[in-house]
Order: sequence, then C-alpha cells, then structure tokens
Amino acid sequence: MEKRAKKYQLLIQDVHKSYGTKTVLEDIDLAVRQGELCTVVGPSGCGKSTLLRLILGQEEPSSGHLFINGKPVGLPDTDRGIVYQRYSLFPHLTVLDNVVLGQTLRLSPWTARRRRKTFVAEAMHYLERMRLAEHAHKLPSALSGGMQQRVAIAQALLGKPQILLMDEPFGALDPATREEMQLFLLELWENSGMTIFFVTHDLEEALFLGSRIFVLSQFYIDARGNGKEIKRGAKVVADHHLQRQAGATTVKRNQEFQDLLESVRRDGFNPEHLQHIEEFNLRHPDSFRTITEGEGSAERNHMPKLFVEE
Amino acid sequence: MGKKQAFRGLHASPSPVLKWILAALPFVVGLIVYLVASDMRHTANPHDKLLPGIGRMIMSFKDLVLTPDKRTGDILLLTDTLASLKRLAAGVVLAAFGGLLLGVNMGLLPGIRALKLPFITFLSMVPPLAILPILFISFGVGETAKIVLIFLGVFPVITRDIYLAATRVPREQVVKALTLGASGAGVIYRVVLPQILPRLIDTVRLSLGPAWLFLIAAEAIASTNGLGYRIFLVRRYMAMDVILPYVLWITFMGFSMDWLLRRLTARRYPWYQREEA
Repeated sequence: MEKRAKKYQLLIQDVHKSYGTKTVLEDIDLAVRQGELCTVVGPSGCGKSTLLRLILGQEEPSSGHLFINGKPVGLPDTDRGIVYQRYSLFPHLTVLDNVVLGQTLRLSPWTARRRRKTFVAEAMHYLERMRLAEHAHKLPSALSGGMQQRVAIAQALLGKPQILLMDEPFGALDPATREEMQLFLLELWENSGMTIFFVTHDLEEALFLGSRIFVLSQFYIDARGNGKEIKRGAKVVADHHLQRQAGATTVKRNQEFQDLLESVRRDGFNPEHLQHIEEFNLRHPDSFRTITEGEGSAERNHMPKLFVEE
Repeated sequence: MGKKQAFRGLHASPSPVLKWILAALPFVVGLIVYLVASDMRHTANPHDKLLPGIGRMIMSFKDLVLTPDKRTGDILLLTDTLASLKRLAAGVVLAAFGGLLLGVNMGLLPGIRALKLPFITFLSMVPPLAILPILFISFGVGETAKIVLIFLGVFPVITRDIYLAATRVPREQVVKALTLGASGAGVIYRVVLPQILPRLIDTVRLSLGPAWLFLIAAEAIASTNGLGYRIFLVRRYMAMDVILPYVLWITFMGFSMDWLLRRLTARRYPWYQREEA
C-alpha cells in the first residue's frame, strides 16, 4: 500500500463513510496521478462533496485510508487548496487583500507586515493575469459571481497547493459565465500542470473539463441482492480517461461527446439501471479495486484490473 | 395598479420630507402634552414643582452648567458627567474586550466552549442588581464596585452574542484559512475576529441601555457624584426642574453614542451592512 501510495499524487483505498446508520460512501478506491484534472460526478446526495471533504481533511473516513504523495491525509493544510461554490472569499477584505492573505496567513503577522510590499506586487501580478487588476480594491460582494470565483481560484493558487480541490465552483453561475469559467480553468490547468479534483453535479461540465472522470453512484447491485431496501453507499461506478480536445466549447455538441454523456448518465444517474458491481466500467489504466470478503463472487476475473490487497 | 400611498399600507413610500415630519411628530405631541399639563398645573398652583415649565428648566440647567457649586466650586453637570462617563466607559470597554475574546474563542474552540458556555449562560441569568449589595460589600463603595456592576451586567450578553456570531462564520472559511496555512490562532484572530468587530459594535450599542441602567442604579445607592447620584439627591426636594434636564442630558448622550457607533460601523466596515442586507 505504501509503495503504491508514493506512485500517485492521491490514493484512496477502501474508504467508507457513514453518518450514524446512513452509509454515504462505500469502499471507494481510486488513484490519481500528478497533473490530472479529475472530475467527479454523481446524482445529488451521492456523497461527492463528502468525498471531497475527506480528501480535504475536513472530515475523517469511517474506515480506509487516503494518501497525498504517500503521506496519510491529515487535517486541512497547505497541501490542498480549496474553492467552494460559496464562502470561498473573506467578505471583509478587498480582492487584493484576499489574495495577499493567501500568502501571508502562513507567516507571523509581523513578517507578513514587513514583506507586504512583495506580496502585494505578486498578488497584483496574479490579478492582472486573471484580468482582475481593475477590481483589486473592491470588496468581493461588489463583484459578479464569476469574478468572485476567479478571485477564489487566484487566492487558492497563490497558496501553491499540491492538489486543488473544487466543490461545484461554477454551480451558482449562469450558463454563459459558467462556460467562460470552464475555459478559464482549462487554460490555467494547462499552463500550471496542477492536479485538480473537481466535483460537480453537471455531467456535461465534468466530461468537458476532465482529463479523467469518476462517476460516483449509489445505483448498483451486488452480492447483497437487488432489493431497494438495501441501503447502499455510493461507489465509483465508472472511471474513464477523457480525450482532451482543444478547449473549444463546441466539443459539447459533437456525437462522441453526446454518446459518452448518455453512457455515463445511464451508469450513474439512472436509478432503474442497476449494474452489478462487477460490470462497472473501470477502464482507466490507474483504476483499481480492492475486494473485501463476500463482496465479490466467482466471476471476479471479468473485472478489469482487479487488485487484491495482500 | 393604483398610485402608491405616501403613508398607508405595505407599499407606502413616504417622501424624505414626510419622513422627517413623521419622525418629529411623536416628539412634538409629547412636548405639547407636557406643556399643556404643566400649564394646567401652574394655573391651579403657581408654585407647582412637579411639572416645571420650559423656562424654569432652562434656568436651572443654566445654573448647573454655568454657576460653580457653592460648596465645592465645581460645575456640577460637568463633574457629574465626567464621573459617570468614566465608570460607564470602563465597564463597557472591559466587557466588550473580554466578551470579544471569550466569545470568539468559545465559538471556535470546542474545548473552551465546553468549559465556559454553561457558566456564561448561568452568569447571564444572575440579575446584576441583586448582587449589587455583594459588590458593595466586597469591593467597597468606591469606583470598583460600580464598574464591576456594569461589567457583570453587560459582559455575559456581549460574550453570548459574539459567540453566536463566531459560530455563524461559515465552516468553509475556517477550512479555507487552514488550507492557506493559518494556524489555529491565525484562524481565530486573523480571519474570524476581524469579521466579528462590527458585530461587537452592534452588541455594544444594544448593551449601552442596560449599562446606563446599572450605572445610575449604582450611583443612586452609594456615590458622592455622578448623574445618577444627582438625580436621586435632588429627588428629596422634588426638584423636577433639575431631574428632567438631567434625564434629557443622559438620553442625549446615549443617543449620541449610539449614533456615533453606527456611523463608525458604516465608515469602517462598509462590507458589514451589505452582508446584512
């Protein structure tokens, strides 16, 4: 486990999460390489944000392990940056101060004050690159939703995290701004080579942005039978590599994209379409699954890249 | 849709001039009622002391402001005001400062919350005036007991309000600050506390009423100067011509403090009102 943990930027193994009697996540296994832009989709309430909070360290798994660069995940720290749908910015600070705070919070207030000029210069440079310089001295509440999210991204990036986590960051934006922000994020990602873990409920967004997509869903059946009364936590039901195409939003209308969208929608979002856990489409080369006693069956060799933990 | 009403109904939109008139109206009515009553009493008895006329009050007030006291040589209103304000400021500032620190820590640190919240909740239910005798016995009749009374009267309320405000800061912001490298203390004092300051000013504004109450009560019972002392002293001579100006003066100061604090919030924390709206 340790060895594999080092190979991947993010490794999640056998992770379960339940609140009281309600199981949210059930046996999540996934491995992510440096530089991927992973998108996570799933029906609402499937535990996407829970998974993100586990990676963030805001919550602890009920069982299982998470590693970032081979290091077990602890409480939130600078290893992970986060952009939320709301509340990402500090409302009492101007745009500039918000971004500067991204660099100075880790320093003592005295050092921060002494070196403020350097930080302001760097922050301004960043804001210029993000076409936000003219708004530097405004309060976040005076900015449009899209601009607020751009500032939030700038703030998170200046913290220089190893992984940038994003929890439905564009969920509250209107469609046009949303598309603009998607292109903006792609450009940023291509230039920085940063690992991004992007949670969304918008399937189209997930397929468009991701270099890899995880579909999280509670709609599946397993050895426990297929009765509706069995309370199942969400699993990774599909894991695809996505072909990156030059960042044009026209891709979204092409047939191949639409077919993939339909297939993912069927696998993950349709409560009537229940796959057996051994039919999951985990074709990604990094995809793996550890099988626990009683969960698998004799047909386990059907599964792609089955991984049995020694 | 009909024309918008100036005053009546849910959709009324009074013009600025009308707003001024409306605001002034209750004051004017109150004044007229007083003057009529005062006049009626004076026609019945020219030496009536209960409802002195405006002229009489202005004369007494002039005396207080301009003529030094025969015994001490002090301008009474000035010495009373300064003595009272000192006590009020000491009590309120201490309570605000302590309440801010304790409240914000209680809001963010579960350990401190478990330690202090039940105690503060208990303390806030103790009627401060009921323990005033204890304060006089333990701190003597000097300044300390009065300041402690004001402090005890407003500190629990400020603490609880700040605590609630601190718990309302979205969890996301705390986590965000941690991912930017903030320490625990950094989250409390550099991220949450600055956001709570305008809330503290609001709480202090609301606490000023009770603070004045405790001040006047303490001065009335055991003091040698102060606004409350004077009012209760001249009560013996039924000197309404002194009491009423003093009450108006206290009200005016309370009102000014409230207004100044509100202006301060608007100037210093422009993001605060916008958040509330």
